[in-house]
Amino acid sequence: MLEQFIFVGVLLVVALFLPVVLIGLAWLLRPKRPNPRKSEIYECGLQPHGENWVQFKAQYYIFALVFLIFDVEAVFLFPWALVYNWLPLYAVLEGVLFIALLAAALVYAWQKGALEWM
Amino acid sequence: MTVQQVLFFLFGAIALGAAIGMVTARKVFHAALWMLLAFFGVAGLYVLLEAPFFAAAQLFVYMGAIGVLIIYAIMLTRGMMRQRLPRVNDQWWFAGLLAAALLVVLAWLVWQHPWATTTAAAPADSLNRLGLTLVDPEGFALPFEVASVLLVMALIGAVTIVRER
Amino acid sequence: MESLSRFLAFLADAIVNIGDWIRGLLLGAGLVDPWVSLIMKAIGALVVAFFPLMVVVFLIWAYRKVAARMQGRLGPNSSGTWAGPYGILQTFADAIKMLTKEDIRPQGIDLIPYNLAPILVVFASIATWAVMPFGPRLIGSDLNIGIFYILAFSSAALVVFLMAGWSSNNKYATVGAFRSVAQLIGYEIPQLLAVLTVVMVTGSLRMQEIVGQQEIPLLFQLPVTAFIFFLASMAEVNARPFELLEAESELVCGYFIEYSGMKFGMFYLGEFMNSTAVAALFATLFLGGWRGPWVEQAPILGTVWFLLKMGLMLLLWMFIQITFPRLRIDQMLAFNWKFLVPLALANLCVIGLVNKGITEWFPGGVSTWTRAGILLMTNVGIFLATWGILAALERREQRRRETWRAAQVGEVEVSA
Repeated sequence: MLEQFIFVGVLLVVALFLPVVLIGLAWLLRPKRPNPRKSEIYECGLQPHGENWVQFKAQYYIFALVFLIFDVEAVFLFPWALVYNWLPLYAVLEGVLFIALLAAALVYAWQKGALEWM
Repeated sequence: MTVQQVLFFLFGAIALGAAIGMVTARKVFHAALWMLLAFFGVAGLYVLLEAPFFAAAQLFVYMGAIGVLIIYAIMLTRGMMRQRLPRVNDQWWFAGLLAAALLVVLAWLVWQHPWATTTAAAPADSLNRLGLTLVDPEGFALPFEVASVLLVMALIGAVTIVRER
Repeated sequence: MESLSRFLAFLADAIVNIGDWIRGLLLGAGLVDPWVSLIMKAIGALVVAFFPLMVVVFLIWAYRKVAARMQGRLGPNSSGTWAGPYGILQTFADAIKMLTKEDIRPQGIDLIPYNLAPILVVFASIATWAVMPFGPRLIGSDLNIGIFYILAFSSAALVVFLMAGWSSNNKYATVGAFRSVAQLIGYEIPQLLAVLTVVMVTGSLRMQEIVGQQEIPLLFQLPVTAFIFFLASMAEVNARPFELLEAESELVCGYFIEYSGMKFGMFYLGEFMNSTAVAALFATLFLGGWRGPWVEQAPILGTVWFLLKMGLMLLLWMFIQITFPRLRIDQMLAFNWKFLVPLALANLCVIGLVNKGITEWFPGGVSTWTRAGILLMTNVGIFLATWGILAALERREQRRRETWRAAQVGEVEVSA
């Protein structure tokens, strides 16, 4: 089974070198004239002002959490879906129960307003 | 030195080096990035163990979901992104002593345990077998459903905690 | 006549035959087998890595041309400086421009994540091409975990956007990165669930197996699943109507504000390569990949069919991008979590139960066409049920709004 991954390994190495080569080419070809005006942070042409840190809304975190839950659920469901063709009906029902529990959790989060943006 | 051994040392070095980078990083964001590299190294080790599904699941869940979650958690902490934390604190000598003792104990345990090794290749349909075992009533069907309940509990807990603003 | 038929036979499976010829050359030069294998794989890896690049070079020109014509303009042409017939060389001109632009380094950035992010974006995009089936025997590596590998890499690439956004030391970039990741992780779930449905029906994760099972393309057996996957993939590659992060005509490119020159080029390239990969993935999963008439006699036609199907999906992608306006972020997230995810979950359950029900109901086995027909009916049923639910919700909302409005005018008493 490991022989399959040789190609993947080679491709990953090539994939890592390709952008490096392109950026290296750009580094060779481009002018380098740094200038304090050019190095300012872009803020639509105005002078950058204010704290450089934004208030991070907790809403992002909730979305990431819900995503994590469903992500783990999907990883559990992959082996189930794979052998689905050989499963008896009750095993399919087990999987459906799994999904139904998580769908109930999603509905709970929805009703509690956790899926609102701000 | 077969190719597999070389790759094992390579991925092990990536995982360990990234872990060391993670605990010695000055900025918390860099520590999170080192952690992601460590996950990648572990995924490579899974591939060498002929468990490609778990390697992909590692990339998927750990790098994709948990990495993002941890970076979000870091960003939620006010000011965390801008501090440069000191690398060591005052009790570092004691911690080093404890860590060295733990290392000795673990190394001795690993060395003298009779590990069940096999040179046979992993069965090609191991993932199918995993799936069949997961839903088998004499297998892991109950833990499968309990895992779902656990996830539901996690979601409910998360929604409750974050809502109290 | 004899040589012509041999030439045609060679052409019939051209790419594999060229590969065998190179292998023959290497063996004849005296190299030993493990090295020959490795060199063949390296050549294959280079071809597979360059394929999306070539497609993207052509795609950028095609996109600008098609967009322009649909909007009543001319697009890249040679009426100013010469840029090839129909302006084909425009992309090369753009690439050379990006290579020679100065790399403005803003102050206060975090050097290593800032420089790594564009490299990793392209890295993840190219890595997904290892398992794309180009033809009956043309695949980089037919992994056991085929489709899961692609999903894992596109998921792992999410965190690169956070790296890019945060290390740019620019609050707009940071906010752009947060929103970008919020959108991407949201739409990953319906994409995943749609792929799960496909895996369930075909019974394998291997890409060649999925293609092999599609005597009737899965688009006709599972249209709702295809729809969910298509929408989720549009959002994953930041195509309008989900393009709020990059909003070319409004914001200044979201999380890659502070990148210039080739690094910006890398992000741009990565985005187009992701779109190509998603088009190829849809073609493989739902349109039957390299299947088509006469593929058994001439396997090279398989590659042609694959490219045609991928091109069709890219045309559809362009068409939707050109005509739809953008969604707001709250609309987009609500659409995902309140519509797509429940729909995908329900779809998975219903298809699972129906498919198993078919097997239980007809123990003698059912022909493929009958099964496909039943699945199609189920999908139509899901579609009608969803429509009915949405219509009922809309009516309830309408009635509530009317009552509220009437109450405000004072006609109706509404208890608080």
